[in-house]
Amino acid sequence: MTGFMTSTTSPSPRDRAPTSTTFSRALGIAALVGIGWLIVFGLFLSPNDRVQKTGVRILYIHVPSAWLAYLAFFVTGLSSAAYLWKRTRSLTWDRIAGASAEVGVLFMGITLVSGSLWGRISWGTFWTWDARLTTTAFLFVTYIGYLAVRGLGGTHQQRAKRSAVLAILAMLEVPLVHFSVTWWRPLHQNETVENGKLSGLMLFSLFVGLIAFTLLYVWLVLHRQRVLTLLDQVDDQGLDVAIAERRNEAVAADVTVQEVSS
Amino acid sequence: MNTWRIARLVAAKDLRVEWRSRVVTNQVLPFAALVMVMFAFALDNDTVLTRVAPGLVWLATMFSLLVIVQRAFAVETADGALDALQVAGVRPAGIFLGKAIALAAQLALLELMLLAAAVVLYKAEVVADGVVLLVTTFVAATTGLAFVGTLYGGLAAGAKGRETLLPLLMLPVVAPVLIGATRATEAALGTENATPSDGWPWIGLLALFAVVFGVGGMLAFGSLIDE
Amino acid sequence: MIGMLHAPYVIGSYVITFAGIGLYTWRMLAQARKAARQVPPQERPWT
Repeated sequence: MTGFMTSTTSPSPRDRAPTSTTFSRALGIAALVGIGWLIVFGLFLSPNDRVQKTGVRILYIHVPSAWLAYLAFFVTGLSSAAYLWKRTRSLTWDRIAGASAEVGVLFMGITLVSGSLWGRISWGTFWTWDARLTTTAFLFVTYIGYLAVRGLGGTHQQRAKRSAVLAILAMLEVPLVHFSVTWWRPLHQNETVENGKLSGLMLFSLFVGLIAFTLLYVWLVLHRQRVLTLLDQVDDQGLDVAIAERRNEAVAADVTVQEVSS
Repeated sequence: MNTWRIARLVAAKDLRVEWRSRVVTNQVLPFAALVMVMFAFALDNDTVLTRVAPGLVWLATMFSLLVIVQRAFAVETADGALDALQVAGVRPAGIFLGKAIALAAQLALLELMLLAAAVVLYKAEVVADGVVLLVTTFVAATTGLAFVGTLYGGLAAGAKGRETLLPLLMLPVVAPVLIGATRATEAALGTENATPSDGWPWIGLLALFAVVFGVGGMLAFGSLIDE
Repeated sequence: MIGMLHAPYVIGSYVITFAGIGLYTWRMLAQARKAARQVPPQERPWT
């Protein structure tokens, strides 16, 4: 009887962090250190901008999160292509695509919120219909749609193929949207970041942000991808596990009753 | 059976179903007309209405497109027809093309009605200079919308909880068409001193859109309807 | 030290950012623990 229920004992110490490995732990620590540096430099050690005053501090979050969001969606596209290509087909690519899309949506949300707050300070308005913002909003909604499609169910392979195709289509849409929106509303000129007017410490803070967020992105995707793997495995185990758990509960309850009554 | 023959058969079938059931003519067209009326209630300003008439026409088109696409695939999934076709080995690209053609025909009818409504209700004016641009805009936009509608309609068809996905997936994708077609139509109608020459660049965008989704759709449709 | 100007917006953006990330991470790790209960360590590809 006991040999039957190998996978349903109470969590051992290792199970407190079931998706961790030595590498991911090191990565996580590095990310935390990076975030700490970002906060210290971004909020305290870096100077105010001559024009934007404190507003520039938001850029140390806004700009890196935007870059990471684009990177994340690019990774989703690449992984989707890797899944679709027969020679490299593997559900791992599908899970990486899904994980990266989720983290991408997270970072894009941060981009939009921080950008909105920055816009309030700098331009006096939370939103404006310029090309970059509009394309960003579009991307955000598109990938939320992608995540919704991932939740449609079916076999893992069906999900993977469907999502992969959708991701490729999304990548095709982006230039179309970009062109249409850029012709519609020309880009704003106020991007001091690209004008290179940031002083040393400010540029440094920006890079700290970029590094911190990149480490964070990799850590998150690594873990999330592992969680998705676990979820798929649980799915596969399906009914057997449910039965085993019910039996386990019955035995534990039995034992408790026996202990109480003895 | 080659792809083109399949497409013709599927298109004919879809149009015949519509002809017999009259769902688009009896339900969707009135819906679209109603949307145009409701815009007038909401915007409550004749000058504004004339000014934004092109945008409202295409906006109403987008909303009606969702309804028509849902209908086009409800027809298929009711009896598992799509699955049956796939199992029978019919090439998905042919099904895609056929349904897109039928969808385009229904869209064309819809857009004609909407344009007429804009002329009557919003006092939009069709000028002789802009007719060629106008017609080209409608053709280019309709083609792109038909391809996108068929593609994402196939994805959102069938199982529960999917139909509500269609607007979320499609509306962002058709944004370039909304922008391009509206700007081109404004140029064709001479809104806000736009001239037809302002509109032709947008036709390029609409054509590109149609090509991307035409080709993409033929390649991807099979994967998306796979159940 | 950050200037007094726009402090709520600046601090707010940092707070929202890291709260958002923290929330996502928390939910993800909780889900990991829950799922891992049914998958023994031997069957996990990374251990």
